[in-house]
Amino acid sequence: MKDPEKPLEAHESDNEKRAEVSRRDFLGTSVVLTAGACVAPILFNKSALASEGAVPGGPISSAVDVTLRVNGTAHALKLEPRVTLLDALREEMQLAGTKKGCDHGQCGACTVLVDGRRTLSCLTLAVMHDGDEITTIEGLAGSDELHPMQAAFIERDAFQCGYCTPGQIMSAVALLREPCGASDDDVRECMSGNICRCGAYPNIVAAVQDVRRSKTT
Amino acid sequence: MFAAAFEYHRPKTLAEAVKLLGSVKGARLLAGGHSLLPAMKLRLASPAALIDISRIAELSGIKATNDGLQIGAMTTHAAIAESDVVKKHCPVLAQTAEIIGDQQVRNRGTIGGSVAHADPAADYPTIMLLLGAKFTAANGKERQIEADKFFVDLFTTSLKQGELLTSIMIPAMSSAASAVYRKHRHPASAFAVVGVGVLLEVKQGKCADVRIAIGGATVTAVRARAAEELLTGQAPTVENIARASKEVGKALDSPISDSYASGDFRIHLATVMTRRALTDLAGAAR
Ligand SMILES: Cc1cc2nc3c(=O)[nH]c(=O)nc-3n(C[C@H](O)[C@H](O)[C@H](O)COP(=O)(O)OP(=O)(O)OC[C@H]3O[C@@H](n4cnc5c(N)ncnc54)[C@H](O)[C@@H]3O)c2cc1C
Ligand code: FES
Ligand code: FES
Repeated sequence: MKDPEKPLEAHESDNEKRAEVSRRDFLGTSVVLTAGACVAPILFNKSALASEGAVPGGPISSAVDVTLRVNGTAHALKLEPRVTLLDALREEMQLAGTKKGCDHGQCGACTVLVDGRRTLSCLTLAVMHDGDEITTIEGLAGSDELHPMQAAFIERDAFQCGYCTPGQIMSAVALLREPCGASDDDVRECMSGNICRCGAYPNIVAAVQDVRRSKTT
Repeated sequence: MFAAAFEYHRPKTLAEAVKLLGSVKGARLLAGGHSLLPAMKLRLASPAALIDISRIAELSGIKATNDGLQIGAMTTHAAIAESDVVKKHCPVLAQTAEIIGDQQVRNRGTIGGSVAHADPAADYPTIMLLLGAKFTAANGKERQIEADKFFVDLFTTSLKQGELLTSIMIPAMSSAASAVYRKHRHPASAFAVVGVGVLLEVKQGKCADVRIAIGGATVTAVRARAAEELLTGQAPTVENIARASKEVGKALDSPISDSYASGDFRIHLATVMTRRALTDLAGAAR
């Protein structure tokens, strides 16, 4: 019997059990390896997610009418249903401030506000947002005045390359209205959906805290 | 990256959705899309049609009833985490919802989508098993499925083709019981490497109800029955808890193993996390 509480090295000898790795083990492995969104193709063949019908690369589905309200302006578009909100913003409306990092929900670069809630525009279809109120980084500033969060990011030098910044700022703006705790650690947790490859985290936290403090005083 | 082409439907009522699901060839339900759309972009799934159920008002919302909490399938993780009703009647559920993914994921992901997807690393399945949730499925008529019959295998539930999950009933917990969910989260995705749900009710110094559910370690979440039985009827002492926790591994057949955590490490985590969770609950009950 294996004693789960003994030090891990002591388990080396228990490992024969693993010699016979079943297909299921392998499947489980791939799932957790890539946990976050991706799964091995073979999984989907056996799973409830298995595809029926559509031929990849098959005929293009016809475009449908969608009205997207972005930064207060209504845009009447004809889009294929498979177009994400992110691609619609960048490619159809030339609003390239919203960035595409991973395109899989993992980095937060594509964060926009949908009816005031921060949302990953890469993981949602444009058609799903017909009529919703969408705010992007382009819609934050007043005519000649930055949003306080934008100003704080500049003041605190909260970026290096700037690629993650629009997403960070949209997330931070939404955070102001969420029940996020007061400490720096709380801010780190509340901003955990936005990754910064340059590691500007300390300054991002400082910028967010500056704005929160100025709001409460 | 974009998905294979599909037809898009957005019914306004449950009846309409059920009808579409039964009649449109190759149709799949689209809830928050936070598991399905990534899979479709990778062409791991390419349904011929999507039925977007996000605007069906009757599918979301939280109600406290005499039997427990009734939660609509389309209720988002954020709505559950922030709900005063959930915090009052079933704090462990709010606490679980609060640590799913990140805020953006919680704003779109739904409880129905999560349980229907049945990812082994997801958080809700563990809690559903712990609390004995009941799932209501509809395809014209309704049926109820108990949590221990719902999660069948990796990404597989007992929902039948054409069935839509409408709501989830979480039975009311005894007022003397308390429960907690702990997760060792994957540092990148926040999914559970191992998630442990523990429920404890102490009566006259003895453990009257002990429930331990483990997720992330095996293809579906499981109850650690041997450990539960060993502690039931015993005093919740440090020694008894440690002894019972050592039995947790017995429930974890063919544990998932990957570059982040070996199967053995997952068993180790489940054991230690169970012991700590039980110790905390016992401390609070004293
Ligand atoms: C970056 C990232 C991190 C994440 N981290 C976590 C985490 O830490 N823990 C965790 O548990 N999850 C995590 N998730 C998954 C997230 O919670 C998903 O939202 C959830 O698993 C699926 O819910 P959904 O509403 O998005 O469903 P969808 O993706 O829309 O649907 C998933 C599947 O369920 C089916 N379905 C949906 N609704 C119904 C219904 N009512 N009846 C029948 N079938 C239905 C769909 O057809 C599809 O097959 C994460 C996701 C991402 C992108
Ligand atoms: S581009 Fe959307 S999360 Fe990375
Ligand atoms: S500033 Fe470069 S990724 Fe954040």
